[in-house]
Amino acid sequence: MGQQFRTSSNGQIDRGRILSFTFDGKPYQGYEGDTLASALLANGVRLVGRSFKYHRPRGIQTAGSEEPNAIVELRTGPRKEPNTRATTIELFDGLVANSQNRWPSLNFDIMSINNLFSPLLSAGFYYKTFMWPPSFWTNVYEHVIRRAAGLGTASTEPDPDFYEQCHEHCDVLVVGAGPAGLSAALAAARAEARVILVDEHPRLGGSLNDENYSINGKAGSEWADEIHAQLEEMDNVRVFTRTTLFGYYDHNVVAAIEKVSDHMPVPHQGHPRQRMWTFYPGRVVIASGATERPLVFGNNDMPGVMLASAARAYVNRYGVKPGRRAVIATNNNDAYRTAIDLHHAGINITAVVDSRRQPDEALVEELEKLSIRLMTGSTVGSAEGHQQVSYAQIVTTQGDTLDPERIDCDLIACSGGWNPNIHLHSQSGAKPVYDDSILSFVPGKSRQSEVSVGAASGSFSLQDCLAQGVSAGTLAARQTGFKSRKMAAARADNESDYAIEALWISPTPYNKSYKQFVDQQNDVKASDVALASQEGFDSVELLKRYTTQGMATDQGKTSNVNALAILACQRGEPLPEVGITTFRPPYVPVAMGVFAGHTVGYDFMPVRRTAIHDWNTKQGAVFVEAGLWLRARYYPQKPGDTMNDCYIRETEATRNNVAIVDVTSLGKIDIQGPDAAEFLNRLYINNWLKLPVGKVRYGAMLREDGMVFDDGTTSHLAENHFFMTTTTANAASVLAHMEQYHQIEWPELDVVFCSVTEQWTGIAVAGPNSRKLLEQVIDIDISNEAFPFMSVGECMINNIPARLFRISFSGELAYEINVPADYGEQAWLELLEAGEELEVSVYGTEALGTMRIEKGHVAGSELDGRTTAQDLGLEGMANRSKHFIGKHNSERPLLMGEGRLQVVGLKSLEEDRNLRIGAHLVDPRVKLETVSQSQGHVTATTYSPQLGCGIALGLLRDGASRHGEQIEAVFPLDDETLKVEVCHPVFIDPEGELVRA
Amino acid sequence: MLRIDCPWCGVRNEDEFSYGGDATVERPADHASQDDWYHYVYTRQNPAGPHREYWHHVNGCRAWLVVERDTVTHEIFSTAPASPNLPDPDGRAR
Ligand SMILES: [Zn+2]
Repeated sequence: MGQQFRTSSNGQIDRGRILSFTFDGKPYQGYEGDTLASALLANGVRLVGRSFKYHRPRGIQTAGSEEPNAIVELRTGPRKEPNTRATTIELFDGLVANSQNRWPSLNFDIMSINNLFSPLLSAGFYYKTFMWPPSFWTNVYEHVIRRAAGLGTASTEPDPDFYEQCHEHCDVLVVGAGPAGLSAALAAARAEARVILVDEHPRLGGSLNDENYSINGKAGSEWADEIHAQLEEMDNVRVFTRTTLFGYYDHNVVAAIEKVSDHMPVPHQGHPRQRMWTFYPGRVVIASGATERPLVFGNNDMPGVMLASAARAYVNRYGVKPGRRAVIATNNNDAYRTAIDLHHAGINITAVVDSRRQPDEALVEELEKLSIRLMTGSTVGSAEGHQQVSYAQIVTTQGDTLDPERIDCDLIACSGGWNPNIHLHSQSGAKPVYDDSILSFVPGKSRQSEVSVGAASGSFSLQDCLAQGVSAGTLAARQTGFKSRKMAAARADNESDYAIEALWISPTPYNKSYKQFVDQQNDVKASDVALASQEGFDSVELLKRYTTQGMATDQGKTSNVNALAILACQRGEPLPEVGITTFRPPYVPVAMGVFAGHTVGYDFMPVRRTAIHDWNTKQGAVFVEAGLWLRARYYPQKPGDTMNDCYIRETEATRNNVAIVDVTSLGKIDIQGPDAAEFLNRLYINNWLKLPVGKVRYGAMLREDGMVFDDGTTSHLAENHFFMTTTTANAASVLAHMEQYHQIEWPELDVVFCSVTEQWTGIAVAGPNSRKLLEQVIDIDISNEAFPFMSVGECMINNIPARLFRISFSGELAYEINVPADYGEQAWLELLEAGEELEVSVYGTEALGTMRIEKGHVAGSELDGRTTAQDLGLEGMANRSKHFIGKHNSERPLLMGEGRLQVVGLKSLEEDRNLRIGAHLVDPRVKLETVSQSQGHVTATTYSPQLGCGIALGLLRDGASRHGEQIEAVFPLDDETLKVEVCHPVFIDPEGELVRA
Repeated sequence: MLRIDCPWCGVRNEDEFSYGGDATVERPADHASQDDWYHYVYTRQNPAGPHREYWHHVNGCRAWLVVERDTVTHEIFSTAPASPNLPDPDGRAR
């Protein structure tokens, strides 16, 4: 038993290839070529989900990506994907799907009690019901809402698949491979333009696969296959199937999602799950077709109610009978084809209910020939049944609702008309306009290089689609510079008028109140639209937000125009006066993974490694990320060594003997030219014009707003040649800043510069024995007399060419060596070898940080973009008689006056307790309750082996004049308070005797 | 996605560039009043429509450009080097 709803023949399914799948744990079978929706219908499964708000039973309403109801959880484990539309999932063997929004089971759902309490859940219920008290939001409401109204659950395991991002250029991009799109692509391709054709289905043809059309004397789908074959043979054409264009962005850039492997259980080895394409077309031909809209009647959300075009698609394309006894309801000619196609497939058409009083005579005759009952001036007032349709109540459109006729049926196929798919046109920035002849919106004036053709432009005749496609493709090729040849459009063998008459909302039987759904995915009813309007939320954008109309994952594809029309009726205005909301990308839901592409996990960011990295790794160094750099943080020497053990040992080894550290990550900028000194003089707050060759100077630069931007040393290497270092964090922005001022403000300065950060390996040699160590490998005199503090010179380290800087970050006698990066590791090893007798050691960034705090050097955490030179104790460097960036704004009185947060040193007054970064600095007489009571904060902390206590740097209000004061460092998150003493930020050797030794 | 026509590199994606602010405001002279400097930094217009602004081809040739762009439609009317002294962009990649 199974697939009892298959037609005896027809369809694009392969009845020889049986596929097994499960839905809610129950096994079923379908055929190759099925979607999950068609296979479920073939097996008579009609209840596939519960609705979002009321948990009402829902079925399959469409046969495409516009589906609002049949959304399921697909697959299990790490590949589980919620909110997938059963109508777009290609069936594969072993597919596992589960229904959503139900508990404990689909047939019996406890939350469907919401259905009874629906008055509480009407328009704006979020704002009304869950308004007060505010504390209930986090504790009660949110919890309840999330449980009751989830839209599926995502897997919490990592995604085992990968995603790609690709780019492609073309002259003409054609969106949609229906009759118009195929014609356009062929015409443009014949003119030799580079053409890209995308279609969301696995097979080209669009509506030709769903309909019984005939073109040039053959079946429409056969014609489509022939065009496809022709296109595949042309070198200038790329055809993308299973690819949905989801976004139209500025400058004619569009994005598409190619579902490479979604139709398989798992991707082939080495293939991505999905691929995101960014296309750069010269012109875009939008042939995206149209979407049918449902009729708005009572219980129109019940399983068994379906779009008329979807019913046709299931019969014609999938060989599935969506029901056995059908009522066809319509306000236009199109649904008559549903009656005829379903009749020929063996479905009993109990009635065609047409709201128009005088339908097309030819169609009336055709129904008569087939002995199908036609009811004019009537419509479905309500669908009735338990969990699925068992009969329809027919009312007259003239308002006679007290005597509805009951017609037994298990399928109501309805057509409320067609909406051109104007989404991409709207996304491109254009404004759609209302077309009264089709009662819908059509593309307006183009804002970018795009044109809509065929049903997407509101032309529903097959012949028009074919002809418009050819002319649009020809024109697009010509507009992108290709000589086009005349090409005749294909001939459509059948034609009919559309002839729609407005029916936006059906009268209800006995004038009773029914749930008439507009947006089925978000459970928005016609009465919600009316209520919103009555309450004053009657502009389109307000309506949308108040009722959530059109804000579900389907973005209201089937519901927006109906909602606008009902709002217009409510306001008593013509529909175009009400306006239309702007469509925004993405057109279909797009997985986050594809936006991330390959930049996940290890590849999330590039990694920069220094020349010493391999050696550090071999030593078992623990690394820390500094921007993109990986720096050695500390070096455990034996099992069980903690970070504290290490940095204390490394600090002591440096202060008592000699140690080396990798400082390659500092930004390095080579500056040359006659005006180099003048350029530096304008960038930095201090003087640079008289720095002799062979000397280094510490400098600070401001932003134009007067705040400190960066600091570092710059060396005068030779005449017209300087070498700047920046902080690791600001290396890139300092270079951009220099380029900005040089190119825009001071083009007259004859200076050039570029980043040489990667070109040099930096090694600091620090400690009282550093000179002794260096003397063993260096070829120049580095005695204090010959090479005093703040000297720079060229030298050889054994056989390695090097630059030597006598600078110190640690506060000890110290040097920095730069060698070309290729020699970096060698220089490091030779220094270690030379220092073996001295017992030289290495240190990482933790010890580096400890020593910089002990020495009171400001760094990134103090240079937080809100501190001035004065705040940081750097004002003494500034030469305010010259001009430099940020000079004027740093002199604003409030920045120079009292009340500023200024850098201070802080000492823990409690034994064995260290300060914590981020702790508030508070007057001990005050209990910290509000931020305004905080007088500052701790920026950097460490344990100082030298001082034997926890120390820190902090920013404290008027701190420079508060040395000696005892205050508290309060960490409210952990309810910690620590007594601290404010002191000068330089904890050791304030006179700088060590560095000059 | 804006597509910016760098005089040296040709048409490139926006994500190669960084925005550099209003190109119509002039940096005051060194001796300008504190008020002028304050307004230069803090009081800027946010015009809707055609506008001149700086873009830095930071992930490209690193030239600063003056781009004339409509801030409403994003249409770009012209791009030019901000510096008069950069090498001639003739022979540019297209
Ligand atoms: Zn460039």
